[in-house]
Amino acid sequence: MNSEGKTISGQAEGEDLLENKVMIEVKNLTKKFNGFTAVDHISFEVKESEIFGLLGPNGAGKTTTIRMLSTLSRPTEGTASIGGYDIVKHDNQVRQQIGLVSEKMIMYDRLTAKENLRFFGKLYNIPKNVLNQRIDELLELVQLGKWKDSKVGTFSTGMRQRMNVIRALLNMPKVLFLDEPTLGLDPQSTVEVREFIKKVNQENKTTIILTTHMMTEADRLCDRIGIIDHGKIAALDTSTNLKKLVSGGDSTVLKLEIQNLTKKLVTKMEALDCVQSVSQENASHLKIHATGDKTFDTIIDALRADKAKVKSIENLQPTLEDVFLQITGRQMRDKADNKIPVRNRGHSMPQRRIR
Amino acid sequence: MIRMGAKTMISHSLRIAWKDLMELFRNRMGLVLLILMPIFMMTMVGFIYPSETSMNNASIALVNEDTGFGGYNFSSTFITMLNSINDNASMMELKDASNLEDVREMIQAGDAEGGIILSSDFTANIMSGQQGTITIVTDQSNPQMSAIIQAVLNEVFNQMGTALAQQNVAEQLDIDPSNALAVVEPLDVQVKGAVEGDFSYFDFIAPGIMAMTVMMSVMTGLPAAISHEREVGTLDGMMVAPINRLSVILGKTLAQMARGILQGTLILVLATILFGVTVHGNILLVFALLLLGVFSFVGLGVVLTSFAKEQETAVMLMTTIMFPMMFLSGVFFPIEQMPWFMQAISKVLPLTYVADALRKVMVLGADIPMLTNELAILIGFGAVMIAIAVPVFKRAMTR
Repeated sequence: MNSEGKTISGQAEGEDLLENKVMIEVKNLTKKFNGFTAVDHISFEVKESEIFGLLGPNGAGKTTTIRMLSTLSRPTEGTASIGGYDIVKHDNQVRQQIGLVSEKMIMYDRLTAKENLRFFGKLYNIPKNVLNQRIDELLELVQLGKWKDSKVGTFSTGMRQRMNVIRALLNMPKVLFLDEPTLGLDPQSTVEVREFIKKVNQENKTTIILTTHMMTEADRLCDRIGIIDHGKIAALDTSTNLKKLVSGGDSTVLKLEIQNLTKKLVTKMEALDCVQSVSQENASHLKIHATGDKTFDTIIDALRADKAKVKSIENLQPTLEDVFLQITGRQMRDKADNKIPVRNRGHSMPQRRIR
Repeated sequence: MIRMGAKTMISHSLRIAWKDLMELFRNRMGLVLLILMPIFMMTMVGFIYPSETSMNNASIALVNEDTGFGGYNFSSTFITMLNSINDNASMMELKDASNLEDVREMIQAGDAEGGIILSSDFTANIMSGQQGTITIVTDQSNPQMSAIIQAVLNEVFNQMGTALAQQNVAEQLDIDPSNALAVVEPLDVQVKGAVEGDFSYFDFIAPGIMAMTVMMSVMTGLPAAISHEREVGTLDGMMVAPINRLSVILGKTLAQMARGILQGTLILVLATILFGVTVHGNILLVFALLLLGVFSFVGLGVVLTSFAKEQETAVMLMTTIMFPMMFLSGVFFPIEQMPWFMQAISKVLPLTYVADALRKVMVLGADIPMLTNELAILIGFGAVMIAIAVPVFKRAMTR
């Protein structure tokens, strides 16, 4: 399994993934907390060795979904199975083959790195010599080898998160759940953790489900992405296909830097036929959404006619952010307009319970 | 299969207990407090609690209004006697005062805790074959102290009166003073305990405090430990592993129990060294009873753990329950002193029986056959609570 193969499979809705067996099957999974529906009848499938991303804003139901799938929380309705085992009826078999990297670090500050790993490893009944060897390997893998006898409490956030990830790999899980694995990390640690996740996926064929609210993360890591909002999956596809949803073929997003930007110029741009929307980002930057064949010519002509001093033009690809806004953003705003109090209650309260 | 399951469950429990204890011993501050708590408890209860009838260096105002009679002055003889008794016992510090008003002012100002007034016709009355009057002035703002002063002075004056009477009777009837005593006081009352030896209030309270400390460790420690792990997220790490849910509870209980027993032992050692408490029964039985006490409490602790969502609630819940339990289970005050409804409550608290059984073993040297009632109740209570706790906990863990 190499990275090239993976990208192709992601794009073409999976030539080799199609052959892979279904690892995770979710049907109408629902979780209600005192009348509030955190997860609302979601259904999806994840194939073996796939990286599947759940992308959504805070409180969308990502963590609750992960908690249900990792047997920490019982679904109110619906079923799910992992490797053929039902998450409720055969929870112990499910636990045997999963690893969980939770949003909160699962480790004891007063114990050393090695002690922590040994404690959790023992809970999986791994024989002592096998466990010790695996601990050393895993620590080396994330460059924590020389800190193995230091207390975890003295580690930096980046080191702690690397520990948090290898802790979940002790039982060599077939399925790895990662809940916001790069939350609160600096850019360098973020890259390190992402690389490590990819490596685990490729080398061990581990199926990975990760949640994130960062579009770039989902974009870079995931074969397929499920956009989750208000407990429902709003869209589910490969990153590329999701982007097509927004661009719809012939649309262009231009980012312009104009030295002598005026209100008049903005109005003029908006008035152009091909332009769908113009947003002024700051004193000199404009973002223009346009459709049609001759958008570039039309816009440039208009700018020249007004003697605008264009410093730079950038042709932006639609990002997952745009997809996200397109799919959930508007919806969310619509709902907020209609019934603000309900939404507020729904959003602030359950979040505490989910975590 | 079942035996295998039980074996792995126990090995997982031991792992968890070991981990908890490692965390505990690496927490310096916590460790210091762990040791200080029983020391404070012991010294406070041991030294501050009044041993009922003794009084030490209480300042007492003395008024001698006696004018004497025909050259005799019994009051000065009386005061000399009082002083010589006091020199041995150093119960009080006598201060001179001129009259009742003076004594009242001294008590109000806090200079005296009580007063003794010898009336002006003290000698005259005695000489003319009447009773001499002694007035004891007490401080009503301190009922406990005034009761003690009253009791002690009554006792002292009674003895002095008896000695006086004994002397008079011996002179008048011309008999031996020891026979005269039989005339004045025909009854000789002696007190004997069930066990030989000197016992103090502390012998009563030490077993209770031991029982309480161990219970408290489990009752407050268990919910606090579990809800803490839930809050920081580490509980998920255990719950996501293929282990029996019960090994988490079992492991935590073992750790808390070890902590409690450690504190209990510390109390026992301190009680022996500082307060001369001796264990008359089997020391192993003492520890066995403590363990049984833990068993009877675990279920209750687990139920409460399941209800408390976060640590703060857990600790508050525990304090609310622990506090009345401390006072209602006869650890500090005998149950028999309480009104009937409190006695009724006290009868359903397991701590009552642990403290009772411990007291029987430590003070009276009782053995297992004499404890059947307590043992049966503790085992029964524990079993019922655990039967309730297990399903409740399993449900709560997968909310």
